[in-house]
Amino acid sequence: MYKYNAFDAAFLAERNAQFRAQVERRIDGSLTEDEFKPLRLMNGVYLQLHAYMLRVAIPYGTLNSAQMRALALLAEKWDKGYGHFTTRQNIQYNWPKLNDIPDMLDALGEVGLHAIQTSGNTIRNTTADHFAGAAADELTDPRPYAELIRQWSTDHPEFQFLGRKFKIGITGSPNDRAVVKAHDVGLRMVEQNGEIGFEVIVGGGLGRTPMVGKVIRDFLPQADLLPYLEAVLSVYNVLGRRDNKYKARIKITVQENGIEKIRDLVDARFTERQREFDGTDQALLAEIKTHFTPPALRTGSTDAYQAAYDADPVFRAWADTNLAEHRDSAHAIVTVSIKAHGATPGDASAEQMRTMADLAEELGYDELRISHQQNVILPHVHKSDLPALHARLKEQGLATANIGLISDIIACPGMDYCALATARSIPVAQEIASRFDDLKLEHDIGHLQIKISGCINACGHHHVAHIGILGLDRAGVENYQITLGGDATETAAIGTRTGPGFAYDEIVPAVERLIEAYLTLRSDAEETFLETYRRLGMEPFKTALYPEAQKKVA
Amino acid sequence: MARPFTPKVITANDLLEGDVIYFMADNSWTRDLAQAELIEDEAEAQLRLLEAEKQNIRIVGAYLADAKAGPNGPEPVHFREDFRRKGPSNYSHGKQEAEAHV
Repeated sequence: MYKYNAFDAAFLAERNAQFRAQVERRIDGSLTEDEFKPLRLMNGVYLQLHAYMLRVAIPYGTLNSAQMRALALLAEKWDKGYGHFTTRQNIQYNWPKLNDIPDMLDALGEVGLHAIQTSGNTIRNTTADHFAGAAADELTDPRPYAELIRQWSTDHPEFQFLGRKFKIGITGSPNDRAVVKAHDVGLRMVEQNGEIGFEVIVGGGLGRTPMVGKVIRDFLPQADLLPYLEAVLSVYNVLGRRDNKYKARIKITVQENGIEKIRDLVDARFTERQREFDGTDQALLAEIKTHFTPPALRTGSTDAYQAAYDADPVFRAWADTNLAEHRDSAHAIVTVSIKAHGATPGDASAEQMRTMADLAEELGYDELRISHQQNVILPHVHKSDLPALHARLKEQGLATANIGLISDIIACPGMDYCALATARSIPVAQEIASRFDDLKLEHDIGHLQIKISGCINACGHHHVAHIGILGLDRAGVENYQITLGGDATETAAIGTRTGPGFAYDEIVPAVERLIEAYLTLRSDAEETFLETYRRLGMEPFKTALYPEAQKKVA
Repeated sequence: MARPFTPKVITANDLLEGDVIYFMADNSWTRDLAQAELIEDEAEAQLRLLEAEKQNIRIVGAYLADAKAGPNGPEPVHFREDFRRKGPSNYSHGKQEAEAHV
């Protein structure tokens, strides 16, 4: 993975020193809050409901064991012993004190991590497929390109004051695990005439006006990535609206101007920009690629795995849900669930982080990934090591066998922490997970994605959930709307609202009625919730959700 | 007829810790809503908010929040202010933790 060179290290140290001085000037009264706020936001420091929050970028979701241990250190030394992995491959600390944050940033800098541009109207952390570099279906590892984008976009003078934030997602696989169609720019690697390039998607996004991105370029040669991105950003910077915050994202620019016009303008700008690139970016990319050389995977018998799989039903259940196919048949991709039933989705304790760091170092070629689904991935584990790995995970409460199942819920922090939230998300997720664990129905229900947002901004991705839940404030009371049929993959779709919302104490029973209906309606145990919904549509689920309304009609 | 004025408290976050704080009648700050000054008059509320904002070197984002009189002092009206008063529901952190240490 990418290692900082002397320039990177010096840049970050200088930036952290600047922020330390800014914090001092705020505390001594030289800076007002109005002056300080944009400075702290540029460095990932928010003020939330109960405390400051520090959002640290995990670039394209990749960590090594030393970095994971640094995240654990921050949790323990300056926070309350845990961190919260978010839906955009960041980690958030919910309780830092303002005058500790410069020390936290210095500690991160020592392992090549930072919080730059995790907020503000800038290009945010580029997110990537969390199976990058390991997946069997991958054309090529997208992370060198994500790192190139990180270096190019960090402190890029033209893009520090955009009309609104700008998010880029990238995947190297035809199966989209990075939700690239819900990004301002999505990059999907594709092959054409034996050459690998990018399909460029623009104008996707969730939030107040959810939209699936549109293809602006079928095939972009790899070498044209930065000039093309500059052209897109430049057109957005000129055309994007600054009169209305809610119409400022590029998805609205695309909607109001039409994809054809945007494409023409981008193509014209691209021709100009391309001339300004002298090959330095390609030299840099070549250097970056040397950091992403795949690990030398070991060989050896996988008999131990098969023996444990046959003998131990707990291991088998975990292997069936939490392992994914690796490009090397003797290895597996392990997803470590940070979603124990009844726990806060995405929260990991310092001790759990250290365990995962140790396991990555000992059994996983020193690599970890964070998924937008708020889980941790060990991308390369030899199958013979899986039984030992599972046993170690179990000791730390990290062996929950629920990946892709009903309790593998995405939830934003909601009104338990977030200043923007209109309702709570976390307790709803906790109760749904606990309820279906009690019912012992989880594995029978099969693949199902529930995603919960505590406000219209949709950090919890509820629009692209099979069952989406949106928490709102209705006349001073928490109220939860349900959407069905969303899809976060390459066949991305925005879910449809079922009807009136549910009170806090009604939302879990409402989800239970939906699941009961699905179990009755599905053609067989193989048909997933989403497939049943697509086959039958909304009506039978509406009937289950609103029995009172049905009675009135009858 | 003018709408009746909902009583208010002044609340903000502490500059260093970020913790939720409330303005008291003696122009100092408390972490406990029950100790806050309940302001029953609209014009007075604006004047008190200006007074509170004089301390912007130590606080962040003072605003008027709806409140009502309770047996032990002001109580929140909206659930958001109730969460701010108590802390998160998933852990006993924040003000709940402080209470546990008393």
